[in-house]
This record gives sequence, C-alpha cells and structure tokens, in this order.
Amino acid sequence: MSPTTSGLITPRTRPGRRALRRAVAAALAAGLVALTAACGVTRGDESHDIDMWIPNSPGGGYDQTGRAAVGVLDREDITGGDIQVTNILGAGGSVAMSRLMGEEGNDRLLMTLGLGVVGSTYSFGVDARPHDATPIAQLIEEQEGVLVPADSPFRTIDDLVAAWQADPGSVVVGGGSSPGGPDHLFPMQLAKAVGIDPKQVRYVSYDGGGPLTSALLGQKIQVGFSGLAEFEGQVAAGELRVLAVSGDERLTEEVLADVPTLTESGIDLVFTNWRGVVAPPGISDARRAELIDYLTRMHDSPEWQQALTDNGWTDAFTTGDEFAQFLVDQDERVSTTLKELDLL
Amino acid sequence: MDNLGLLWEGLQAAASPMNLLYAAVGVLLGTFVGVLPGIGPAMAIALLLPVTYGLGPTQAFIMFAGLYYGGMYGGSTTSILLNTPGESASVMTALEGNLMARAGRAAQALATAAVGSFVAGTIGTLLVALFAPALADVAVEIGAPSYFALMVLALVMTTTVLGASPLRGFLALFVGLTIGLVGLDLNTGQPRLTLGITQLVDRLDIVVVAVGIFALGEALWVAAHLRRKPAQVIPVGQPWLGREDLRRSWKPWLRGTAYGFPFGALPAGGAELPTFLSYVTERRLTRRGRKDGGEFGRGAIEGVAGPEAANNASAAGMLVPMLALGLPVTATASVMLSALQGYGIQPGPQLMTEHADLVWTLLASLLLGNLLLLVLNLPLAPLWAKLLRIPRPQLYAGILFFACLGAYATNLDPFDIALLLGFGLLGMAMRRFGLPVLPLILGVILGPLMETKLREALTISGGDPAGLVDEPLAVAIYVVLLLVLLGRPLLVRWRSRAEAAVAVDGADGAVGADAARAEGTDRAGVLAGTPGTTETEGTKGAGR
Repeated sequence: MSPTTSGLITPRTRPGRRALRRAVAAALAAGLVALTAACGVTRGDESHDIDMWIPNSPGGGYDQTGRAAVGVLDREDITGGDIQVTNILGAGGSVAMSRLMGEEGNDRLLMTLGLGVVGSTYSFGVDARPHDATPIAQLIEEQEGVLVPADSPFRTIDDLVAAWQADPGSVVVGGGSSPGGPDHLFPMQLAKAVGIDPKQVRYVSYDGGGPLTSALLGQKIQVGFSGLAEFEGQVAAGELRVLAVSGDERLTEEVLADVPTLTESGIDLVFTNWRGVVAPPGISDARRAELIDYLTRMHDSPEWQQALTDNGWTDAFTTGDEFAQFLVDQDERVSTTLKELDLL
Repeated sequence: MDNLGLLWEGLQAAASPMNLLYAAVGVLLGTFVGVLPGIGPAMAIALLLPVTYGLGPTQAFIMFAGLYYGGMYGGSTTSILLNTPGESASVMTALEGNLMARAGRAAQALATAAVGSFVAGTIGTLLVALFAPALADVAVEIGAPSYFALMVLALVMTTTVLGASPLRGFLALFVGLTIGLVGLDLNTGQPRLTLGITQLVDRLDIVVVAVGIFALGEALWVAAHLRRKPAQVIPVGQPWLGREDLRRSWKPWLRGTAYGFPFGALPAGGAELPTFLSYVTERRLTRRGRKDGGEFGRGAIEGVAGPEAANNASAAGMLVPMLALGLPVTATASVMLSALQGYGIQPGPQLMTEHADLVWTLLASLLLGNLLLLVLNLPLAPLWAKLLRIPRPQLYAGILFFACLGAYATNLDPFDIALLLGFGLLGMAMRRFGLPVLPLILGVILGPLMETKLREALTISGGDPAGLVDEPLAVAIYVVLLLVLLGRPLLVRWRSRAEAAVAVDGADGAVGADAARAEGTDRAGVLAGTPGTTETEGTKGAGR
C-alpha cells in the first residue's frame, strides 16, 4: 500500500550555471549510486558537514519543510559545509525518532520533527519523547481546515456542529493521516471542544490528501480535516469549501482569506500542525547554540521568507528552551487526546 | 477543445533532435536506476529529479517522462531475470517471467514486457489525453464498497492458483493473509502481531516478502540440492520475439491494458490488483480447451505480457486524477506533482485548462519516452538475457546479493535483511513441503487491501452491512460473481450430459472431455515459481 522508499537527493537549487553543475553532479551521484549499488554513503571527515534526517517519504510535508530549510542553509552557505538529506521511513516517523535516540552525542545530525511524528511514537509504542531529543528550533506551523464538498448542506461551521451534536453518528469525517496524526487529532479535539465524546466520532483514515480529496468529491464522507496546502486548487476551483481554519488568525492566501477561524465562530480551539528541527540527545551546549545560530540565520534570510510564502506556511520560529517547553506541551496534548479515545 | 490537435502541438514541441537526446538520457538513466533492487519508479524519479532542474520545462518534462517509463520498465527486468521484483506491481511479472528465463526464453520475456509496456503505455496515455476530465468525474464516484467487491472477485479468482492440493493452497493463502495482518491497524492505530518490534509496525513490505519467498527461498532450495542434482545449464534460445510469441502476446497486452488503465484512474486503485487479475485471466484463458493446461507454471509468455501491460496501463491511468483533479494518488504521482510545482504550477482541477501547454507537452513527452524506451530496450533484451549464462553458484550468489541490497536500500535498515532471510527460510520450507507460494503472496497483497476497504465501507455505513452494496458497481460485480459461481457447475453438468449423448452416438466427444480436463488441470494447478516441481506438474496434469 505504501511504497516505502528512501534515498539521498541533492538539495534543490535555482536554475542557472550552478544548477547545471549540480545537475551534472547529481547525475554523477546517481551513477555512483548505481555503481556502488547504493551500499555506501561516503561521509567526509570535514567537521562542517551535517546530515538532515527526514522522518518521512520524499514529497511529503516533512520532506518539503526539511528540504526547504536545507536548501536555504546550503545556498547561503551558513554551515560552511555540505548538508546531506536522508529520508528515514517507517512507522510514521517513529523509526527515525528511535534511531535519533540511538545517535546520542552525534552533533552533526539534525532531524525534522512535527506533530505527526509525536502522535506516531504513541501509536507505534515507541518510547521516544520529542523532548528527549535536543530541541533546536520550531520553524513553521500549518493550520488545518474543515473541508466539505461544494454542495454540502453544511454552509458554516455552526451547521456542522449543530448536526454533529444532534447525532454524532450521522456525520462521517475523514482525514489524511492515520490515528495519532494531525488530521485525526484535530477532529477529535474539535469534537471534544463542542461537547461530543471523541469516541463517537466516525473517522475514516485515508492515505494522504489525494485519496481524501476524492472521497470528498465523491461524497463518500461528509467532512474532511486536513492541512490546506494540498487543497487550494480544489478550493479555488469551487469543488470544495472550507468551513473554518484552525489557527488563531485567518490565513492570508486569497482563496482562504474569507474563511473564519474556529475561535471567531465561538469554538474554543486552536490547533496547528507544526514542524521544527531537533538534534540527537547528549550534544554539548556549545554545539547546540551553534546549531540554533545556523537556523536563526537561515530563518532571517529573505530566501526562507520566500519559501514560507511559496508553501503557504505560517512562520512560527522559536528556539531553545521555548521550543523545548512547546514540545513538552504538545506531547502532553497528544497523549491526552489518545487516552480519551482509549487508543493508549 | 480539440485534444488531438493540442496533443499534436505538444508532440511538435517535444520532438526535436535535442529533446530526443534528453528523452534518451532519461530513459537510460531511468532503466538503470529502475533495475537496481529496492528502487521503484517513485524513488527513481525522486532520485533523478534534480537532474532536470537546470533545464527548461519542456526538456525537463521530456527527460522526466523518460525517467518515469524507464524506471517502470527497469523493475520488470530484475523480476524476469533474477526473480527479484523491485516493486509490488512487478510481483506477477516475476512468476512466469522468471520461469521463462530459466527455460532459456529470457529474451522473449523481456521483449514481450517491453512491447507490452509500450502498447499499454501508449494506449493509456492516449486515453488520458482524450478523456481525462470525464474519467476523473466517474472515478471519484467509486468508493470503498466497489473496491471491496473487486477484492472479493479477486479472492474468488485465487482458487485458480491454489495448486494441486486445495488444502495446501488454502494453508498458504492463510499464511499470506496472516502476514498481511502484521502491522498497524489503520483504523485504530493499534499494532497487531508485531511482537513489539518497531519495524514490523509499518506493515511488511510486499517486495521484501516476495523477494524473500521467491528469490531467496529458491536460492536456498537450490543450494540445498546442489550436490545431489547435476547443475542444469540454462539453455539459450533464440534472441527475438518470434511470430508465435507475438500471436500469443497481443491479446494479453490489450486485456492487461483494459484491466490496468481503469484501476490506475481510480483514486487509490494501485497496480497490484490489475496485474493479479490479468495474470489469473491469462492463466484461465490459456488453459481453456488445452490438454496440457497451457504453459502456465513452466513459463507462459501470456503470464508476462498481461501483467506487464496492466502495470504500465495503470501507471498511465494514474495520470487521470493527477492531471484532471490535481490529485496525487500514488507516491509516483506526488513526486511528479512536486516537479510541476517546481515550475510554479499549482496542482488542482484547473491544471488542464490553465496550463494546457505544459500538460500537453508532458503527455506528448510520455508518448515519446515510451517509444524511445521500446527502441532502446528491445535490442538490449538479448544482452540482458546473457546474464543468465553465469554459472549457477555465482548467479545465485549474485541474486542473494541483489536481494539483500534491495531489502536494505528500501529503508536503510539492517532489520529488513533479517526479515528477508526469515522469508527466505519460509520460502525454502514451503518448497520442501510442497506448499504453493503464489497463494501466500496473493494473501499478503489482497488481505490488507480487503481489510482497509471493508472497514472503510463499514465505518461510512455505521456498521450496517447494507453499506457494502450501496454502489451500483459493487452490486454489478456481485451479480457477475454469482452468475459465474452458479453458472459454471450448471455448464459443466450440461456439457457432460451432452458428452454422454455424443458418446452414445459413437462420436469421440472431444469437446466435453477437454472441458472436463481443463477443469481438472485447473485444480491440479501449479506450484508457481517452484522450479523443482515443474516436472511433476506436467505429469500430474497428464495423469488426470
């Protein structure tokens, strides 16, 4: 069902002479992979090289965020060395998470982390809490949206809530993540916020935004919960409508600017999917400060701001202790929701 | 909108000598990377995508199309030659393909795969070009109940491949279904049968299971008998696709395309089910009315032509939701969409109208890439086939090496190699005790798909079984299934009565006897993919 792949991809660069050189290098690299049959990844000994682990497949959200960050770090030459991106797949990111714990003291390694990975460590029974790693920086957050097909009887979030409260079993909802992931946690927390027992929510899990969209378009489910980046096209074309967004402020994109937040509609819930960067446990404070400095410089660059705009991400940059506290809170929230569902 | 005219313009934009060169490079690189174990088409594209960054959109798409079809085709090469499928969609190709290779017909197997891929890819791409928006509207209407009905149909069809002993066949099937249960329950997020091992939570990769059981089990089995049996030298047949091969291949190509394309167009359709359906269909059809039960189990070209065409047609069908709705329904599609985004294109339903020029260039490039793939790979087929002349110990050592590499490359996790070895031992044990391996693989493929769709349908209907028949397509499938199941015994009885009547008349009654025998050999079956048993299969078939 889920093709699991991983590999090493040269970071994205702008077209141009350098890009051409890179293209050649990438072709050579691919050839080298073919020759050595992917068995050896040679690492230089230069102390400035860093590995970036992506806990999910190429093309996914973690991959996009991680690679965007690496791209900026690389082009601005912030670290003074090469950064290699590796996708480590498995168990919704918990494999990468537990491997990160095993890299204790490795100060040349970073990993992209997010809400989904936190949830999956619980689902998959991996005993690795996000705050056990060394927190470096939170980068972005993404609001979730409440999506319905164009001709749905629910015109506003209030319509939905009213119908849902009247008969929780009558509304079938879906999301693009398995239980424990953001698209699952969001409807559960929303249900709880409007006084519905999360256990009564009929949630269908789809394998990502594509299948979720077709289930909505085909009216197989009534409501979809998901991050909106993948749905802008559908919304712009009028195939889907967004009833509400989950952040504390409205989104700024043209097609979504009219969509109210949950709090505007009188529902006391702010829910965002976030992504950030952590390092293995047990690295020195000096190195931690240095890594935080790299990401701070990356964050301050115009290129990163551009990447935020291009991808529709909300800037949510925190570092160090603040990020550490955030991770503890998030972990707490995820485990509470899952416990309420008897999934823990 | 005159789609053919637009496609023609796209072709004109795509077909310049320089662009053809890009296409050729793309096809070669794609094939190369696709041949590597553990690297399916999605990964091949992701890996090689950076190569296209310095190019303009047209050139990039052309190269991209080459990479895509090259990667798809490369997977079938290892399936056929080394019995190590690189992705789930080429598991079925490995069954007859590798048997053909061992009978000295590797070149034909590779060639029919190449031509079949070309035919299916071309028809599929043309269908996308002409009907994508209309098809997409229909495809979203097909939901879990219909999928489940299709799975039931597929499961009933597995009875064809249960092998000589139904008991052993079912045993293998249930072992397969059990293996399919391992991992996270997608509805509740609870791990099942994982023994607390994190790597098992992610469900077992069908490729690791297939390679373990096919290639590794085989190698271990052969190694265990090497001293007792003289090494067979693989005969080297003629290098080209003969007229007879073509005659036998063209119908499976078309049928495979007919299976593959609609599945590809369905959201979450995938290529496993159509390749499997194509395989069993060809198997049934070639057996019908044949005294020897056809060549299936000994390397039937139909068994390569059909699934391989289905595989590629499904890959083309995948473009329907991608281009018409902007939906990435497979890993490959997401990688392709992110490539489009690289050129500032927002995927969505307006893709085909707002960026018509790029979409048509992409479609035209796919056609060109497909053609080039055929041109480059057809001559390569005999060369690849020579690989099998390597003496057996070295060849099997190579297969072991590649199998382990493939397992490792998928996740870069040594655990997968241990898993592969475990399945290799299981595969060897199954050969030792005469259990057919095919039902097991089918169980692994169908089990999780069936479960997911069943539970999705039931969640949506609130646990009401009526939810399983609330789509017209689902009802239609059940009706057909019922007719086939009830109709068949009636037909057989009618025939045997007719036969008796003919016998009384003193005629030879060949038709009825043939039908009865075909029925018998159907059940006699084949321990597909098990070389040691191929001789016995022949005698069993004849004995009935």
